[in-house]
Amino acid sequence: MADKIEEQTVAVDTAAKSGGIVSSVVNWIDDRIPMTRVWNMHIAQYPAPKNFNFWYLFGSLAILVLVNQIVTGIWLTMNFVPSAEGAFASVEYIMRDVEYGWLLRYLHSTGASAFFVVVYLHMFRGMIYGSYQKPRELLWLFGMLIFLALMAEAFMGYLLPWGQMSFWGAQVIISLFGAIPVIGEDLTLWIRGDYVISGATLNRFFALHVIALPLVLVILVFLHIVALHEVGSNNPDGIEIKRKKGSVAEEDKPKFKFHEYYTNKKDVVDAIPFHPYYTVKDILGVAGFLILFCWVVFFMPEMNGFFLEAPNFEAANPLKTPEHIFPVWYFTPFYAILRAIPDKLAGVVAMGASIVVLALLPWLDRGKVRSIRYRSIWHKLNIAQFVVTFLILGWAGATPQTVFSTILSQICTVTYFMFFVLLYVYSKNEVTKPLPTRLTK
Amino acid sequence: MMKKLLIGLFALLPTLTMAAGPTVPLMDANIDLRDNASLQRGAKLFMNYCLGCHQMQYQRYERTFRDIGIPVEIGKETLIFDDSKVGSHILNAMSEEDAAKWFGAAPPDLTLISRVKSPDYIYTYLKSFYKDESRPFGVNNVVFPLVGMPHVLQELQGLPTPITEEVVENGETVTKIVGVETDGSGEMSDDEYDQAARDLTNFLAYVGEPSRLESEAIGIKVLGFLVIFFILAFLLKKEYWRDVH
Repeated sequence: MADKIEEQTVAVDTAAKSGGIVSSVVNWIDDRIPMTRVWNMHIAQYPAPKNFNFWYLFGSLAILVLVNQIVTGIWLTMNFVPSAEGAFASVEYIMRDVEYGWLLRYLHSTGASAFFVVVYLHMFRGMIYGSYQKPRELLWLFGMLIFLALMAEAFMGYLLPWGQMSFWGAQVIISLFGAIPVIGEDLTLWIRGDYVISGATLNRFFALHVIALPLVLVILVFLHIVALHEVGSNNPDGIEIKRKKGSVAEEDKPKFKFHEYYTNKKDVVDAIPFHPYYTVKDILGVAGFLILFCWVVFFMPEMNGFFLEAPNFEAANPLKTPEHIFPVWYFTPFYAILRAIPDKLAGVVAMGASIVVLALLPWLDRGKVRSIRYRSIWHKLNIAQFVVTFLILGWAGATPQTVFSTILSQICTVTYFMFFVLLYVYSKNEVTKPLPTRLTK
Repeated sequence: MMKKLLIGLFALLPTLTMAAGPTVPLMDANIDLRDNASLQRGAKLFMNYCLGCHQMQYQRYERTFRDIGIPVEIGKETLIFDDSKVGSHILNAMSEEDAAKWFGAAPPDLTLISRVKSPDYIYTYLKSFYKDESRPFGVNNVVFPLVGMPHVLQELQGLPTPITEEVVENGETVTKIVGVETDGSGEMSDDEYDQAARDLTNFLAYVGEPSRLESEAIGIKVLGFLVIFFILAFLLKKEYWRDVH
């Protein structure tokens, strides 16, 4: 059995040595750029913990969705008209007159929501297994920057169809910047390029949506992966698989070949090469994800008004305010925090803080044990209440304000921030379970 | 501190509770996008009764004919009333300024109305006109109070009168319109009119998303492929992971 694995993992090396047209091409390229080395270092001989579970699928799925957004986005751009006069009609042109235009558009609109689904689950994974803890702080920060860029990308993209909710949603969100003292009003003017949302705003949002932010996103994703591979993946047990050089007995070392970049400095235990083990597992994840994704795309692209809101099928009309203005579902938890606070500036500050505080997790969690599996009951309860809080806020931000929803949002705004305060307090001297020395199943 | 917060909270109450207005329960449109006969009757109703004022500026005649099974030549003769080309969008000759002058507001484009509202809403709306002499056109609508539109299907349905009921709301007795009853002066019976309203709703639902049926036909194949792919991916993963376990 072990021989077979050796064969697989060093397949690239042997192919390169064994003569023939393929290997001579590979050699030719390898003499000029480090193709085989990068492939081995980051894929075929990259040591990944062997106990990744369901929660570890969402990173690769996020890349899949990013690619989907870029590819469908390019084709949508070919027929989209970025002007106040032409935008709405061009979207309907894509839906009706462009061959499979409806499919491109639904893949893109569903992809936007799917992006947030997988990113939220990906972030939650980081939270429950303590993946933000030392030495992965920078990895977490790159992730937070991706989240910020993604929110900006989604917000600007939502203006482009130039429907009623596009227009009024943007109007509400941009006006929030007006709450900032002194520079607020000038800032909103600078963002819009006009006194109201107009064609000027649409044009600049289009430029940012199709070029600037995707570029930023791709660069940040690259840095996120570079940072990940430098420190190595965390895992559901939250213990390191890289040990001090010479501390691991020969029989405890994995039977696989890993790149010397990792094995020269450290001994690696309980690891398997990313390829083929996690590539085949991720393919399974991709298949499962695509079943759900395509079910939405082909059968319910509006997702009951959560992915495509009904008022957005009406062209933007600056003279007619929709009855209720909601952001799309992925912004509603933060929107609920904004609305929970009666003072506009305080609301904006609270909303901003609710996002920034996530970035501070590596320093707010003072615990030494990472995974929820070995942490105290208090931590488990705290994470549970955070999940409930986040879901309630998401619901409250998507419903017309009532007394009930407002009070609920206010309570949940408090419990949202309490998660971080409590974490900071109890994590210092938390009573945790003993950690295993090796990865469990 | 807590007290101040609570007082502040309750001061907000009146403004918050005012927001929600009364809503009328919608009837079930019960449409079928696969029923070409219904879609064709709906198209005929639309071209005869709606297009004078409401356009479908994003939808083309030819596409419509093809999708709902009308031969293009026949569609051209029977459903295009102006000199529009068969490839043209479904437009009328009324200018927006004139329309706004005549009706108070320009009649909305109906291409996407089924997605802005819902088929159930359209069906209920078409069945909810009633006689109201206080309105400019002598009619009002239960789901769209103070509607600026005449009851254009009156020759089919007749002129309905409201059925009212006394309801106690917040301790006050108010008269509420719970439904309408036709006076029988129309060309159609109640059942025939229901079917006509359903046909028109069906047609508007089709135009709202002409790709719906194609999407579902492709979707079935895509999901079928993905399920097989999932099974193969699962077996592949299992085979590889035997080395690890």
